[in-house]
Amino acid sequence: MTEPTASGPREAEPLAEAAPAVPTQPRAGTTAVQSPPVVPAAVVRRATVRGWMARQPWPVRAGLILVFVVLAYLLPYAGDIPVIGPQIVTQGIDWPSALFDMSYYVLLALGLNVVVGFAGLLDLGYVGFFAVGAYTVALLTSPDSVFNTKFVWLAAVPVAIVVALLSGLILGWPTLRLRGDYLAIVTLGFAEIIRITADSTPNFLRGDRGFGGLPHPPGNKSDGTPIFGVRDATPYFWLGLSVIILVILAVRNLDRSRVGRSWLAIREDEEAAEIMGVRTIKFKLWAFAIGAAVGGFGGVMFAGEQGFMNSSTFQLQFSILILSGVVMGGSGNIAGAILGGALISYIPDRLRGISDPLTHTDLFQWRFVFFGIAIMLIMILRPQGIIPSRRRAMELKDRAKEAAPQ
Amino acid sequence: MNFSGLFHSFGPLTITGLAQGAIIALFALGYTLVYGVLRLINFAHSEVFMVGTFAALYTWGFFGLDQNSPTPSLGAVIGYMLIGLAAAIVVSGITALLVEFVAYRPLRRRNAPPLAFLITAIGASLAISSTVGVFTHQNIKGVPPLIRPATVVHLGNWAITNLQILIIGLALVLMFALDRFINYTRLGRGIRAVAQNPDSAALMGVNKGRVISLVFLIGGLMAGIAAVMYVLKIGDTKFDSGFNLGIEAFTAAVLGGIGNLRGALLGGLLLGVVENYVAGLFGTQWHTVGAFVILIAILMFRPTGLLGESLGRARA
Repeated sequence: MTEPTASGPREAEPLAEAAPAVPTQPRAGTTAVQSPPVVPAAVVRRATVRGWMARQPWPVRAGLILVFVVLAYLLPYAGDIPVIGPQIVTQGIDWPSALFDMSYYVLLALGLNVVVGFAGLLDLGYVGFFAVGAYTVALLTSPDSVFNTKFVWLAAVPVAIVVALLSGLILGWPTLRLRGDYLAIVTLGFAEIIRITADSTPNFLRGDRGFGGLPHPPGNKSDGTPIFGVRDATPYFWLGLSVIILVILAVRNLDRSRVGRSWLAIREDEEAAEIMGVRTIKFKLWAFAIGAAVGGFGGVMFAGEQGFMNSSTFQLQFSILILSGVVMGGSGNIAGAILGGALISYIPDRLRGISDPLTHTDLFQWRFVFFGIAIMLIMILRPQGIIPSRRRAMELKDRAKEAAPQ
Repeated sequence: MNFSGLFHSFGPLTITGLAQGAIIALFALGYTLVYGVLRLINFAHSEVFMVGTFAALYTWGFFGLDQNSPTPSLGAVIGYMLIGLAAAIVVSGITALLVEFVAYRPLRRRNAPPLAFLITAIGASLAISSTVGVFTHQNIKGVPPLIRPATVVHLGNWAITNLQILIIGLALVLMFALDRFINYTRLGRGIRAVAQNPDSAALMGVNKGRVISLVFLIGGLMAGIAAVMYVLKIGDTKFDSGFNLGIEAFTAAVLGGIGNLRGALLGGLLLGVVENYVAGLFGTQWHTVGAFVILIAILMFRPTGLLGESLGRARA
């Protein structure tokens, strides 16, 4: 065991740290001669890219964001770029469909980021809300449904989002007293209850047989063919991207408001937040409800594109995949959640249709092996995620010791 | 709802529930020990168990046994059992140590936030289970019937089979031994010390790194034994068999109070029995739902589980 050599200096650290019991910031401010504020190396490096962006005048910033958004909308044509294009696009699955898959993964990652990243509530059953959204659409619109209401897709959207939001409140209410891992297992149980209910009610949620004939979003092209057809997934990707942009705006503003600051306080120290007058119960419920509504929206999009859905979509592994995307990208950071959500969908899809040179089988069957190793490596190399939340990194710096016992 | 069914088969449901619960309890030990020391959910523990089932399966396969071979004589059964157990224990133990070394140690060195550990563990779990999945073509693999279930004890209409006695007895003995080990040996004292306060324990001369490895190893050994009991009881295994039972084991650990050894035993047995009653009452597909509903109900009134948290603090 290499432990003795490695543990020597590491275990001496608590002694050195124990002497200045006061937080780092005031100490650096009052006696600046002794020690400048300690900023983690990773933060300094990140600040050069994001700091540059922040220093530009607002028209430049707006222009850059606009260019970025336009590029995102042009992604379905990425395959036409010479040389690099064919490397980017997926092979075993058509590229617009892969992009649409990425869009609802990103949407789910954004929603889960509110719960896990902002409010610090570990949710292992997020797919439950996705399922609630999708099943509400299916029950309202499908000809297979027991209600037989046959709504159009657009009419089912607000209902599904409200139902998902309510389900978030229903789950949030009894679990408010629970902390950390207890909350994790209860949310996991919630998702499993929904999946098992779907599996075992053959006439209501129809288990494996699922719902067919789900309507697509409305609209016709000038020649009378529907915009949202079955052949080409590009319009669905654009729709998904537009929804993502709306959600980003909403979530970003929430994070910068009083609500977001309350979440931050709850995440860092719930007792202290409560003593300081933050109404923790209210804001935890808020986080659950908003996360659930976004997840439900993801389910609505999914149902609208697929036209068919059954209980096999809502496996627990799906929740865990989304969670690993959020944390991998950088928990508590919107850009990180987007990147992580896109990666967890892109990596497996990209591996599809590539032949393994050794055994001449599809690399797709190895996708989760690669994926598992990839997320391990990313977390070991960048424990705060690929794009760490800057605010969070600063806060965590002086609490890293107690957060993770060595 | 089938109350008369539950009433008539109350005895068999209880006994099979206890046997299932004993396996869950052994499995849950891995979660509870690691949580007690590191305050982290070891998500990869389910794969430690799964690897154990395959180790036993392939070891018996090496001796020419497959799912269709006849049950051997008593002496041979004991021999095969010991060999299978040894293989499962070794492979599970090594896997658990590997998981700690690859997924946990590098992050501990970097003072990573707790969520990062969860994600590397998920990564390790995905990588292990899908590797086994690829090599077994995701098929269900049958296990040689080493022990034919035969009723050996009758208590009224409670028929108890030899396999159930073996599983429950073994689990109780192991739990007792582990409890003694944690509470009355030098190494056990080290584990409790690290569970209470890692930094102080290190200052008192406890080698933290070694204690953490030891905890993973013990969890792995217990999972290996649980794996052999599981394949004997169920008769087959699959690359994702760890995941589903792992959720039940984790639920059991939380139910009893995570980080608490006796809690794991109580939680496991209770969970196994309750699941069986729910299955008898509403139908088999609902048995996990029953477990989760009970869990939520108990956590609402006792937010830290039935026996409370903590490896170190409970009997310091």
